[in-house]
Amino acid sequence: MVLIFLDQAEGHIKKNSFEAACYGVKLAENLNTSAEGIVLGTVTDDLAALGKYGLKKIHTLKNEVLNNFDDQVFAHIIAEVAKSADAKVIIFSNNFNGKAVAPRLSVRLKAGLVSGAVALPDTTNGFVTKKSVFSGKAFATIAIKTDIKIISLNANAYKATKGEGTAEVVALNIEIPASKVTVKEVNKVAGEIPLSEAELVVSGGRGLKGPENWAIVTDLAKALGAATACSRPVSDSDWRPHHEHVGQTGLTIAPNLYFAIGISGAIQHLAGVNRSKTIVVINKDPEAPFFKAADYGIVGDAFEVVPKITEAVKKLKGIS
Amino acid sequence: MKILVCISKTPDTTAKIAFTDNNTKFAEAGVQFILNPYDEWYALVRAIELKEANPSTVLHLINVGGTDSDPIIRKALALGGDEAIRVNSASHDDFYIATQIAEVAKQNNYDLIFTGKETIDYNGSSIGGMVAELLELPYISLATKFTLEGNVATVEREIEGGEETDVVTLPAVVSCQKGMAEQRIPNMRGIMGARTKPLKVVEPVQADTFTETASFELPPAKAGVKLVPADQPEELVRLLHEEAKVI
Repeated sequence: MVLIFLDQAEGHIKKNSFEAACYGVKLAENLNTSAEGIVLGTVTDDLAALGKYGLKKIHTLKNEVLNNFDDQVFAHIIAEVAKSADAKVIIFSNNFNGKAVAPRLSVRLKAGLVSGAVALPDTTNGFVTKKSVFSGKAFATIAIKTDIKIISLNANAYKATKGEGTAEVVALNIEIPASKVTVKEVNKVAGEIPLSEAELVVSGGRGLKGPENWAIVTDLAKALGAATACSRPVSDSDWRPHHEHVGQTGLTIAPNLYFAIGISGAIQHLAGVNRSKTIVVINKDPEAPFFKAADYGIVGDAFEVVPKITEAVKKLKGIS
Repeated sequence: MKILVCISKTPDTTAKIAFTDNNTKFAEAGVQFILNPYDEWYALVRAIELKEANPSTVLHLINVGGTDSDPIIRKALALGGDEAIRVNSASHDDFYIATQIAEVAKQNNYDLIFTGKETIDYNGSSIGGMVAELLELPYISLATKFTLEGNVATVEREIEGGEETDVVTLPAVVSCQKGMAEQRIPNMRGIMGARTKPLKVVEPVQADTFTETASFELPPAKAGVKLVPADQPEELVRLLHEEAKVI
């Protein structure tokens, strides 16, 4: 059986978990076995409807305590389920929580872990999984040698698709161990698309000259339904919040579309975005290194070009 | 207070990435190796700040590597560690490395173990969690802020679209990222002093390896940028819609 951990926040399954679910379902199909999910905490989503992604069974423990993530507690519960339901492969999304709990589970179950997978494992001869290495500049194929395997899947690396189906929902009867970590506060920007989950991203750099000029970025993002991001100098100067910083020291993202406005494309910035499927660069300097990594580009003044792009996007989408 | 900081050797950020031996090994020739930036800028510097605030703190560094790790260990000592331990092994398997770190940690009873959020070569982000599990300690991953009062730590960690503040009683393991501290440059006194600080080399304990790197590959080269004239932004939108099919 392939077990998929479906991460939740505020009662809803996270977007990347649907990708992990579909990846796990496809892997189960290749291994001639079934795929099951595990959901911890008081999720309000219809769990039986997760069958639409191909999951046969959902193990769930609806307890408010589990709305606060603690990797030690979660590893304990997932390990218990993996053992009793005989999971051979466990799939996580390589998100913030996945990065914390998957390594623990690896030790607990003596199960080899590949984190940051970008494709389905090749199971024709052993169990070999491709992952992103060198900050997106290369891939490695890693063989897992243990009986039980753990994979954490990068965001946007596998497309979630829905069909028909209903999953059997099973309430877990596992005693929750006491947490050694107290969550004191959670701060989230309401109504924004989390950058780490976004399929479309519009990003601005120093070329925009100051925070007062950010409307061209946010307007385009709004028209596209995209998240906003920025380069390091921008967040270091407090023009934009730190959680928007993408690059070597910030967030690493791989959206379908990365729109870079007024960003020259230093190697440290590219390390955070070079796995994006399509990169568009708008820069007035034709020598900007970012053009070498781009798929599409416009050499021109962002203040003139970007509002026109926004208008064209609105026209395309029928937004007046 | 006893702190252990885990440090790794990685190729420089700007190093050319290429592979040899039928794409099974990273081509090291001509590559400058550095102290992994996350280990250095965030984990180590924050630990040094904690020692500065409480000078009786003992600060150890650990690296699992061969003699080629010594230059980056000396650099870390120049920045501020008291003593370094190198476990003499060239393994790249996360579980094997975590087992070596946990073994050293068991002998020294650290109150706090810091790692960087990941290395910039393998991007595994798993050593901290594995060490925590092996030592049965709490683990806070991807921390952006860390403050200490007595043996109670308040830690901010990144979550999807925001931040969470956690409180944990030491001992604990914390992986560190941007926000924890600011990069420092070692000064001459530190560099001179680092030469005489102890760098203990210990042999690895027996441990399993769970994974093996089969091969490497470079991503397919980009076809080259398609430039759209600045006066035709609607053409860009058309290409994104019809050709790239991303909007």
